[in-house]
Order: sequence, then C-alpha cells, then structure tokens
Amino acid sequence: MDVRFINAFLEGTLNVIKTMANLSPIPGKPYLKKDGSANGDVSGIIGFTGAITGSMALSFSEKSILKIVSNMLGEEIQEINGDIKDAVGEITNIISGAARKELEQIGLNVVAAIPTVVSGKGHSIAHVLGGPSIIIPFEMEEGHFVVDICINRMEPKAK
Amino acid sequence: MDIDKNMKILLVDDFATMRKVIKNLLKQTGYYNIAEAEDGVEALRALKSEKVDFIISDWNMPNMTGLELLKAVRADKDLTGLPFLMVTAEGLQKNVLAAVKAGVSNYIVKPFTAEVLNEKIEKIIAKM
Repeated sequence: MDVRFINAFLEGTLNVIKTMANLSPIPGKPYLKKDGSANGDVSGIIGFTGAITGSMALSFSEKSILKIVSNMLGEEIQEINGDIKDAVGEITNIISGAARKELEQIGLNVVAAIPTVVSGKGHSIAHVLGGPSIIIPFEMEEGHFVVDICINRMEPKAK
Repeated sequence: MDIDKNMKILLVDDFATMRKVIKNLLKQTGYYNIAEAEDGVEALRALKSEKVDFIISDWNMPNMTGLELLKAVRADKDLTGLPFLMVTAEGLQKNVLAAVKAGVSNYIVKPFTAEVLNEKIEKIIAKM
C-alpha cells in the first residue's frame, strides 16, 4: 500500500484524538492482518468509493474508548453505552474526513459512506473488499486502539 | 467587538454526543443559551416556533442535510439573514464551495477547539 495512504489515516487519527480528547496516542509500526478479527471491544467501520475503494475500521479497547469519550464529554463514563457507540461512529466519521482531506491534497477524491458501529468481545470486522488489511496500532496509558484499513486505489479510466 | 453572549444558538446535529461536545465548547466560551435539533426538519420547526439568533449545523444528517437546511433558511424571508455556521467532517473543496454558493456565513471542519469555534462565531458577527 502507498505509504501516503497510511500517513493520511495516521495523521488524521492523531489530529482528531488530540483535538477532541486532548490525548496523544503513540503510533506503532503498521502490520498486515489476514483475518477478520477486531483488535478491540468496539469498532466503527466506514466504506469508501471514488479514487479509493474499500473501508476503514477503528477498533478500540474498552479502556481506551472510555478515556477518549470521557475526555470529549468532560464527564466520566464507566461502561460501553449508547454515548460511547454514538461517539465511535462520529470519531470514525471525523477521522475519515481528516484522512480524505489529506488524500485530496494528493489529487485523490474519495467519498465516504455512513459509519456503522459494532461492539462486543471477539466481534469481527467485515471489510468491503475482503482480504488482508493494514493495521496501524496506537498505544495510550489507558489502553490501545487500531486503525484497520483495507483499500484499493482505482485506476483512472482511459479517455 | 460587541457580541451578545446571551444570543440564542440553535445547534443541529444528529449525533447526540457531538451536540454535547459542541455545547461544552460553546459554554467554555460563554455561550449558554443553546437550543438543540436532531436534523434539518426539526431545526426548521424550531426556527418557526422560537426566536433564534445563530445557527450551528452539521452537514451530514438524515431527513434533511445541513446544506438543505441552509438553502431552506436562505429561501425563507423571515429567516434569510440568520447567521449560519456549517460544522462538518467534510472539509473537501467541492463541499466548501457548495456551502458558500448556498450562502453559508462560515464553515468549520471537525475536529476543532473552543477557541477556533469562538473565532468563527466572532468573525460572522463582525461581518453583520
């Protein structure tokens, strides 16, 4: 995968979490994931069409998302409830928007669908394209989360 | 610049969590008179039944989008002059242009801080 794509999602994630939750997660080395398992307890998934097709999932451990949303709302939340799922959908949407803005800078116009949220221990991620995905891991003192991307660049149509 | 911090702001977003986040940011900068709506349809109903001084609206919403709400407000003789700040995750150039063409007062891309939100509000009020 083009490293610029990975950087777009990485930078978008750092910017969104820092601005909305005042947290600075530390990104780890990206790696390939070959199955559909989620690396977390709650995930937001969003599909893409346009210059890039595929999907991105954000999977949060319970502790990491409780900290992020508690910081966002300025109140302590202690369990994965409706507010958390609502926030995961919105965070997914905003990170997708930030990444797509980066991709627009390199001439790629990408359209996003409406995010969906899945939760529960051991849930799985169904990427639009299937096949292996790239995982960008993030660590915080309170827990971990990952950005899980499975995308293909569409070749421009010959004129 | 003289800004009436008591002005009534209508906050339109389908995500309850996001409304809570933006409300917190508004309160941090001294705006406490805030009404809420879940989408454009509910917002239009509120605009017909109560006096609102400023609209802050999300772009992507079910039933009626922020852009459709903006167009409806600009087309209504009683509401047309209302300041309208579009808040969205869509920072793409074509979307900004569509909102400007429809008469948006200003545009803010998520995520943002309380300071940035306040700056945008002040800029809009200063131009009025």
